[in-house]
Amino acid sequence: MKSSPYEQALQKLRKGIPDKRTGQWIQVGMDSGGIAAGAERLFRFFQKECERNGRNTPVGRAGSYGYAFIDPLVEVNAGKFPPVLYGMVDQKTAVRILTEHLNEGRLIDDHVVAGRDRGRALNGPVTAILVKDTSCEDGDKTKWFQSSIKDEIGGRDPNNPVQVVRALDMGIYHEGLVVQLLPSRVTYTNVLSRDIARMVKQSILGNEVIDDLLWNQPDKQVRIVLRRCGTIDPESLDDAIAHGAYEATARAITGQSPEDVIETVKASGLRGRGGAGFPTGLKWQLTREPKSDRKFVICNADEGDPGAFMDRSVLEGDPHAVLEGLILAGYAVGASKGYFYIRAEYPLAVKRVEMAIDQARRRGLLGKNILGSGWDFDAAIRLGAGAFVCGEETALIASIEGRRGSPQPRPPYPSVEGLWGKPTCINNVETLAAVPWIVANGGEAYARHGTGQSKGTKVFAVTGKVRNPQLVEVPLGTTVREIVYGICGGVQDDLLIKGVQTGGPSGGIIPEQHLDTPVTYENLVELGSIMGSGGMLVMNENDCMVDVAAFYLKFCVDESCGKCAPCRIGGYQMLQLILKISRGRGSPEDLDQIHRICHAMRTASLCGLGQTAPNPILSSLRFFQDEYVAFIEGGTSYARKRKQALAAGKSLKEAV
Amino acid sequence: MSAVLPALQNLDPELRSGIIECIEHWKDQEGNLIMILHEIQNRHGFVPREASLLLSGETGVPLARIYEVLTFYHYFRLVAQGKHNITVCNGTACYLKGAGRLLAELESRLGIKDNQTTEDRLIHLETVRCVGCCGLSPVVVVDKKTVGKVFPTDMAGIIEGIRNREEKEEDEE
Ligand SMILES: Cc1cc2nc3c(=O)[nH]c(=O)nc-3n(C[C@H](O)[C@H](O)[C@H](O)COP(=O)(O)O)c2cc1C
Ligand code: SF4
Ligand code: FES
Repeated sequence: MKSSPYEQALQKLRKGIPDKRTGQWIQVGMDSGGIAAGAERLFRFFQKECERNGRNTPVGRAGSYGYAFIDPLVEVNAGKFPPVLYGMVDQKTAVRILTEHLNEGRLIDDHVVAGRDRGRALNGPVTAILVKDTSCEDGDKTKWFQSSIKDEIGGRDPNNPVQVVRALDMGIYHEGLVVQLLPSRVTYTNVLSRDIARMVKQSILGNEVIDDLLWNQPDKQVRIVLRRCGTIDPESLDDAIAHGAYEATARAITGQSPEDVIETVKASGLRGRGGAGFPTGLKWQLTREPKSDRKFVICNADEGDPGAFMDRSVLEGDPHAVLEGLILAGYAVGASKGYFYIRAEYPLAVKRVEMAIDQARRRGLLGKNILGSGWDFDAAIRLGAGAFVCGEETALIASIEGRRGSPQPRPPYPSVEGLWGKPTCINNVETLAAVPWIVANGGEAYARHGTGQSKGTKVFAVTGKVRNPQLVEVPLGTTVREIVYGICGGVQDDLLIKGVQTGGPSGGIIPEQHLDTPVTYENLVELGSIMGSGGMLVMNENDCMVDVAAFYLKFCVDESCGKCAPCRIGGYQMLQLILKISRGRGSPEDLDQIHRICHAMRTASLCGLGQTAPNPILSSLRFFQDEYVAFIEGGTSYARKRKQALAAGKSLKEAV
Repeated sequence: MSAVLPALQNLDPELRSGIIECIEHWKDQEGNLIMILHEIQNRHGFVPREASLLLSGETGVPLARIYEVLTFYHYFRLVAQGKHNITVCNGTACYLKGAGRLLAELESRLGIKDNQTTEDRLIHLETVRCVGCCGLSPVVVVDKKTVGKVFPTDMAGIIEGIRNREEKEEDEE
């Protein structure tokens, strides 16, 4: 039987690529966060040691595992375990990984991160037991349980080799003592001391799952955009292809028309992940329609929201996913060239995208006659230069054209008149990274996640006063509380939460009483915030909302391009008023004046920066007006005390 | 080639050939101006006036337009920095975790303000918006090396580290 053009293209693509790795391997998480925590040194150490000892263990690199709070991370596949992830790996732990894990088949206490793909059935002998007390951080109870379980096993079967290991993180919080059995990853929660005997007897010696202890909630996270982040070597095209990269490209350009691709993306319900949430399929159609000799697609990788690192993580962890998204966008709209517009502050992302483009071109995935289809497309990088406003579409275009990044009034929209006056489609990194998955799996598969008008998954970078800052990907419709408490472990030091800021300088704060709101585009707007690009900043009871409002506004004032008056003058005036209030010299009339300026900026500013700059202010006034009033009524002595408390990271009561 | 302007004679020959090479590389590509400026800054640490003049002469882009771009974007520098650089991240995550205290500590220890260089031109102090390591906040970047989870009490050590390295270099010379 003759194979289809798709199969031929796929075969050609995969020629000579080894299957997914098997056998022993070590992998180091080498994103910027990991590298800042020492991953580069670890990588070299493992490489040297594995070479010197004549071990044939390959040492690879991976992108972000997502667990920013326990960087650097090392994953080890050896012995009778599934791949084991270690966090907070210092030099001493690295040595122990070699001697204990690789040589002796023993896991290392206090560094193992339990897997989230938790099992429900025990299909073979238990090889190791992870334990952690998730209610209290001090670890005494964990140690007690560790030795109790050991004793129980020893008492019943003195020769049983199964190891009981203290875990670093279980991914489950406030559920008492949590136990995970390897290799099946069957997980028990709220284990009491009286459960130990039956757990050992039934599950560890008897291979039987205990239903009343079993944690059978499905994982809150769904990884579509991050599907290969932390799995593949981001600098290897082979590795990406072995894990499914460019399958969608092969499928689309050998058997689907551009219109088919647009239909698929429309059916997925995918909306722009860069902030505004415009339907991606529609944007593609609008760029496809105009007739033109040339068209462009652009990947907006200017990630301007300070305190967010989703796009960086995706670019550093799986650049081929974004490049493939750009290729598919190019195919759908009929573009001949794609640009990555990347922040210059992200040198590692730039390097990895550069490598990805180069590798793809050499493999015939870019350039002329892609995969033998007769279609031509190429990609290149242009760097940003530290201007937040260049995330705005028209300013971004001006910047690529080599001009200062001033926004232009719209219409004409870039889909009609964009880069060099040609129809141009601009999409965010995360939007593009989702596209290959959608084309490979179908629009309906994607639309099954999420809710209402907000389909699919969204990546969030949860930081601030949260216990475990990290990168998460959840179906839209997950509540803020589930993200902060269920996935990230709640607030650092178990302080009270004040709220969660979303949308960066264009967004607002979701106060405690609204944390059970499902995260959708519409719900967040209703609460006076926006989805934004995906930063989530957790603020605790000691954070001062007036100060936070001033921080965001100062950001917008500094970043205003100065082209139009409402933003340039209004922002500055409003900042003066807020600073005046925060010095204890404000009056109630100042609040009215702030409202008036907000209104003017929202309605009369030329671009999104000025239009949304009032959001953090209005949001803090809506939910935390009492804090402004406290400054106004308390005067300078209150302001002084507040400032002291803030500097010490304490509550007002503690500080005075 | 354009007539050699007097200012161009001050241009370091190596930088000069670097710029020419870079212009050659980018000549036929669209949207090259900012990329060329990035490359000049990468090689030289800042964009000297002579480099802009040369660029203008070679590409025909008016000098005023080059300066419009250089002054608009925060990333470009028009004057030399100190030999070493300490950058405090003041993105939201770091701000919440006390970046202000780090900056205050550095300012008082170095006796300079944000965006200034010490008198001996050894250390330049600046702030940025997020270096993308928010999980490690608060973060400072010392000569391109990111250091996470730092406290104000760590600042003295960071400064001393730079000064010690510098002294060692001098001894070796
Ligand atoms: C001031 C301003 C800054 C922006 N910054 C970014 C950014 O950093 N990254 C991004 O993807 N979109 C940013 N946007 C939104 C983009 O203009 C644009 O809507 C988006 O890239 C479109 O892609 P999407 O449809 O995939 O979301 C910004 C918008 C404004 C007004
Ligand atoms: S709203 Fe602000 S940033 Fe946008 S064009 Fe006007 S001045 Fe520039
Ligand atoms: S806010 Fe400091 S690294 Fe992101």
